[in-house]
Amino acid sequence: MNDAIWAGTINIAGHEDAELEAYLARPLGEEARGGVVVIHHMPGYDEASKEIVRKFAAHGYAAVCPNLYSREGAGVSPDDQAAAARAKGGVADEQLVGDVAGAAAHLNGLEHANGKIGVIGFCSGGRQTFLAACSLQIDAAVDCYGAFVVNEPPAESGMKATSLLSKAPGLSCPLLGLFGADDSFPGPEEVGVLAAELDKLGKEHEFHSYPDAGHGFFAVDRPSYRPAAAVDGWKKIFDFYGRHLGA
Amino acid sequence: MCTYLTQRIELEGAAKGATGWFTLSDGAVYVDHPFHACHEHTLNIDFTNPGEGPSARVAVELTEEAALALVDAIQKALASAPPGLASGAHARAAS
Repeated sequence: MNDAIWAGTINIAGHEDAELEAYLARPLGEEARGGVVVIHHMPGYDEASKEIVRKFAAHGYAAVCPNLYSREGAGVSPDDQAAAARAKGGVADEQLVGDVAGAAAHLNGLEHANGKIGVIGFCSGGRQTFLAACSLQIDAAVDCYGAFVVNEPPAESGMKATSLLSKAPGLSCPLLGLFGADDSFPGPEEVGVLAAELDKLGKEHEFHSYPDAGHGFFAVDRPSYRPAAAVDGWKKIFDFYGRHLGA
Repeated sequence: MCTYLTQRIELEGAAKGATGWFTLSDGAVYVDHPFHACHEHTLNIDFTNPGEGPSARVAVELTEEAALALVDAIQKALASAPPGLASGAHARAAS
């Protein structure tokens, strides 16, 4: 078995053909494989996001994380890009969908692509994963503690994000949701409302809420890291993608 | 949690960032995940000049206690100087 991978920075075409920086990792083996678009969290396109991309490649997927803040300038550090994007109210939903579509097209254009695409996102990227899965033809989506899928952000936030519940009828694929029981954004009630709505619509979904875990429990470089929840969460992610992104 | 809440202010002054001194025009203050500080949440302040690009930024990430101590120190420093001494209007009138 060849478990070698290639990983590095590439450019892809995003919304309205904008050139985006992106981090790609893919196996060097010859097997047909699914692709995974990784949507980074609000603090930006950071080392932890790239580590997640490499993890998917090590598990046999081609994965790419587009830098959603690329438009803030080339050669600008990711934290400065994130601050600039935040000051503008974050990324517009339409732009996010276009960027994910571009990332998915890039993955499907790679050698050995089997045409299946998964999307996964953390924190604000969890909300954006749901948005992408309701707006594009996706094969499997993983929402890791995305807030404001159901509830509106506070009016005074100045953010462009809005509730996505009305888009739920458009959900194009099975959804795995991984949440912390101690999280407030999204809180258990918000997660429950989303589950009930997806039940009502007959949309395939699988939600897990971990006790003793709050927001950001997958983040190995932050105090919010909860090993038990994260280890089980990764197991569920790879099981889910194994079922839905196989050749 | 991501609070998504950002207090924006106009600023007048200067700051020294990674590429040297620049003129300040804007600031953002928010409680959210830090980029570097080893805490789940911090009070973050960005001193910026968007006109000079995203790299014209000085960022600080403070604990709640440190942020409140900073506010108190700023108030005390200003109170100990004659009113208006560091005022932008004062500086403009003198020039």
